[in-house]
Amino acid sequence: MAARNPQLNRNGELTHLLTLEGLPAEIVTHILDTAAPFVSIAEREVKKVPLLRGKAMFNLFFENSTRTRTTFEIAAKRLSADVINLNIGASSTSKGETLLDTVDNLCAMNADLFVVRHSQSGAPHLIASHLDATGRAHVHVVNAGDGRHQHPTQGLLDLYTIRHYRKDFRALTVAIVGDVLHSRVARSLIHGLTTMRAAEVRVIAPRTLLPTRVEELGVRVCSDMREGLAGCDVVVMLRLQSERMKGALLPSAGEYFKHYGLTAEKLALAKPDAIVMHPGPMNRGVEIDSAVADGARSVILPQVTFGIAVRMAVLSIISAN
Amino acid sequence: MTPDTLPDAEAALAALADRMQGAVAHDAALVGIYSGGAWIAERLAARLPGAHPLGFIDVSYYRDDYALSGLKPNTRRTSLPFDVSGATIVLVDDVLYTGRSVRAAVNELFDFGRPERIELAVLVDRGGRELPIEPTYVGARLAVARNLSIVLSRDPGGTLSLGVEPLTGVG
Repeated sequence: MAARNPQLNRNGELTHLLTLEGLPAEIVTHILDTAAPFVSIAEREVKKVPLLRGKAMFNLFFENSTRTRTTFEIAAKRLSADVINLNIGASSTSKGETLLDTVDNLCAMNADLFVVRHSQSGAPHLIASHLDATGRAHVHVVNAGDGRHQHPTQGLLDLYTIRHYRKDFRALTVAIVGDVLHSRVARSLIHGLTTMRAAEVRVIAPRTLLPTRVEELGVRVCSDMREGLAGCDVVVMLRLQSERMKGALLPSAGEYFKHYGLTAEKLALAKPDAIVMHPGPMNRGVEIDSAVADGARSVILPQVTFGIAVRMAVLSIISAN
Repeated sequence: MTPDTLPDAEAALAALADRMQGAVAHDAALVGIYSGGAWIAERLAARLPGAHPLGFIDVSYYRDDYALSGLKPNTRRTSLPFDVSGATIVLVDDVLYTGRSVRAAVNELFDFGRPERIELAVLVDRGGRELPIEPTYVGARLAVARNLSIVLSRDPGGTLSLGVEPLTGVG
């Protein structure tokens, strides 16, 4: 018997969100469609709807994050859930408690949802399997970034942003530029774009910043930025994750900017209406020039706003399954 | 109840408009509950004298059966392009049954402001209330078996008609 996709329940419905790899296109579309009307909740006098009233969501961040943790918190609060942020650095983990013991303790406090960020790839998956194996299938897990593996809600908000500005994925050429090697954002977005049948996905980076056999993900590899940007509809810049760099993968940040930094002059090679995205936090003058980041084609701040609606959609869909 | 004994939707709409005319405040906003109620609200806005702001409401996020059945696909965006605070609002729905959709709609309205008054206009009242909710204006009243659902449809020309279907959810 084939192993069940651990993020789907027996009826094939989404019950955890762990990865975009292998997530069916219908479910991705359902999440994006569900997110659309949530965008307008922010325009109400009371920026809240009662869908998750009485549910307790635990933000379990073993790795630093401001934007992701905050937008999950806002998303949950706009759905009327109660949000508990755990300061892991100062918690039991540093006293030697295992990850699953932490989870069991929080379940004993009646947790309904875990949003997990961890430096180890697979940590959210481990928690989800543990919950399912111990008869707590009503408790749901969302991966908020695990190691170099996946960051599925970021991938989904990127897809939402692209669809918002460009409608049909099948007509699009998307270039993902920069530190693909360390980027779970890139991995999630590549899987999402492949699932939605984007016409072409390119990755543009020096070989030292590309995973081995990256071509097997269904992307075209370009080491030259000018060649890679030509005719693109969407340009996704990645942050140069210098804190993850081991050894000398790059000569210097200045050298990197010269070859792979996005400037107005290089952007001119893409389609005239191409949009520019960045998952944040940005390093101005390293991977992106300020003139582009703040320019008319940048949709970097709308990405953040859409991210709340997409996370609301994910939380409200998994909570009902 | 068979389709030929159902009231004609256009006749019920005319009756509803007659009852509202003169009784509804001249500046009352008409807010249709998606999807059938939205069609009725559009028709009433065109038909009633006075200037009636038109709004639409999707109660999916306020339903009491979310935990049982999740979010319905194709949730629409609630749109209330007028100041809800201090407004007189007529909620408009196609079929009034348990009253649960109206409860959800009233809750949602209050998240946009504090209305002066909320009234309720329905094309068809089929009885069977599970909440203490009564309509202000009714186009037609009828009794239907509990296992049947009354469904409003609109043809491409805009003409409304009523049909019956086996009940799948609680309206």
